[in-house]
Amino acid sequence: MTAASVSFRAVGRAFDTNAGRRQVLRDVDLEVAAGEIVAILGPSGCGKSTLLRIAGGLDHASAGVVSVDGTAVVPFDPRSAVGFQEPRLLPWRTVAGNVALGLPRGTSKTAGRDKVARLIELVGLADFAGHRPREISGGMAQRTSLARALARNPGVLLLDEPFGALDALTRLKMQDLLLDVHAAAPTTVLLVTHDVDEALQLADRVVLLGSDGEAPGADIRQIVVVPGSRPRDRGSAELAELRGRLLDGLGIDRHGAARGIEATTTIPHYPY
Amino acid sequence: MTDASHAALSTGAAIHDGAAVRVAVNSGTTSIAAGREASVPPEPSGERRRLVDRRWFRILGGALIPLALLALWQWVSTSGLVPLSQLPSPEMVWLAAVDLAQRGVLGLYVAISTQRVFIGFAFGAAAGLALGAIVGLSRLADVLLAPTLGGIRAVPSLAWVPLLILWFGIGEDSKVILIAIGAFFPVYTIVSAALRHVDRQLIEAGRAFGLHGLALFATVQLPAVVPSVLSALRLALAQAWLFLVAAELIASSMGLGFLLLDSGQNGRIDRIFLAIILLALLGKLTDSVVALIERWAIRRWA
Ligand SMILES: Nc1ncnc2c1ncn2[C@@H]1O[C@H](COP(=O)(O)OP(=O)(O)OP(=O)(O)O)[C@@H](O)[C@H]1O
Ligand SMILES: [Mg+2]
Repeated sequence: MTAASVSFRAVGRAFDTNAGRRQVLRDVDLEVAAGEIVAILGPSGCGKSTLLRIAGGLDHASAGVVSVDGTAVVPFDPRSAVGFQEPRLLPWRTVAGNVALGLPRGTSKTAGRDKVARLIELVGLADFAGHRPREISGGMAQRTSLARALARNPGVLLLDEPFGALDALTRLKMQDLLLDVHAAAPTTVLLVTHDVDEALQLADRVVLLGSDGEAPGADIRQIVVVPGSRPRDRGSAELAELRGRLLDGLGIDRHGAARGIEATTTIPHYPY
Repeated sequence: MTDASHAALSTGAAIHDGAAVRVAVNSGTTSIAAGREASVPPEPSGERRRLVDRRWFRILGGALIPLALLALWQWVSTSGLVPLSQLPSPEMVWLAAVDLAQRGVLGLYVAISTQRVFIGFAFGAAAGLALGAIVGLSRLADVLLAPTLGGIRAVPSLAWVPLLILWFGIGEDSKVILIAIGAFFPVYTIVSAALRHVDRQLIEAGRAFGLHGLALFATVQLPAVVPSVLSALRLALAQAWLFLVAAELIASSMGLGFLLLDSGQNGRIDRIFLAIILLALLGKLTDSVVALIERWAIRRWA
């Protein structure tokens, strides 16, 4: 499937809870171009997973619309694939069997087997293809889950903290893997992450979700366009500046600022 | 290793909280606990296995108390502490078995009782699987059917007997139907509860990857409940033996239940002991066979 554009128009979501109605998201407006990688950052509980679930048709917006390629998202939209925040692997299937679950319906047996083997190789689990989920580590399970989502070959790839449980080295490897896959078969990626550096490394744009502390619910606080083409130099000064700005947005004091050292802005705020 | 699921057969309401399946059945007095945890040894690993996990020790350990009981029985009955008319000696029971076997009725009774149990169990379990699946998967069916079935389940088993005899006579039909009723409810209750409690996140993942309807059932829900289904079948089998005796005690001319009743009326306490021991052995034997299948299923599916 070819990459699809995603558009959020005035999307809001409120949940009915025992304590009454709780607004989680409000007025989210975002246009994601086909093939773009957008990272979603925000404090825990602000509604990142909820936004992703709405985009995939796993949840529905209580206000506004989300559309993929111009048509509204349908429940469990076949145009998108989800990498869940939890691995959600079928315990009775092997790693290979779980990845195969992601294959689009109608994939031939041999083509499916080849693709599964390739993906398992890519995520570095070739030696564990025959293992059950309870026999592998949390990080391996997460990579299996990523491979399963990639197997779908979706128009929109929705990844909810796909690298959260990985060690630093594996995390960098998987980030590169995602970029390779994206370069080979362009797809639109919405990626939720807690890691500012990861967002800057992977994304074309970084969306910062958060609440202004007055109106209930989170909306888009900031959109940062990440300059330069991938792979990016992890140590560049430009990225360091953006990093500081995003950390500010997340309410984290950046090093120095708290001690009264002025940060120099070398990059204009978006839009330029 | 599986979760600490236990299936306990007891009277009361049906609850399922993920860790325990309690099944309410209309049997009244019997309580059978089938500990799945206990029946599955941990997978072999590099470290030394504990003594209680070794097969020979488990077999030997399980036989210890029956053998001790047998010895105690022999001692009490021959020492004259209890008159033989109250407690026959093991030898008398053995001779009664040989006697009945020589008349050709022992094998016949065992065969006819086993046949009734198996046929009734097969029908009851099949119906329980079907209705359990329907009620467990469909909220509408749950709303429509669950209260009625719960009501029927609450009827004590013996209450069916006069009705079944009036409707189906005292032939095989009424007995097999009674046994089927007994086997139906554990399966129906456990399977419907297990299906309703399949991990929502897994179902959602299945749907997100394009599964629905029958494909979703076959890929996610069915494999998830296979261990519960096997536990349910085990309980249903035990329940079937229970109902067999109820059926045969009332109206029959063959079978172990008949042997019990007939011997009671003739004061043949040796034969009563024989019938009870045979029921214990047959019940345990059939249960062990299903337990083996259950163990395999848990290893395969959990
Ligand atoms: N089904 C639901 N019913 C009620 N409240 C919900 C539901 N799903 C999510 N919420 C609420 O919505 C809020 C946002 O949840 P969400 O999972 O989207 O957060 P998140 O940004 O992904 O957090 P994290 O970074 O910790 O994963 C939470 O406060 C949560 O309690
Ligand atoms: Mg989340």
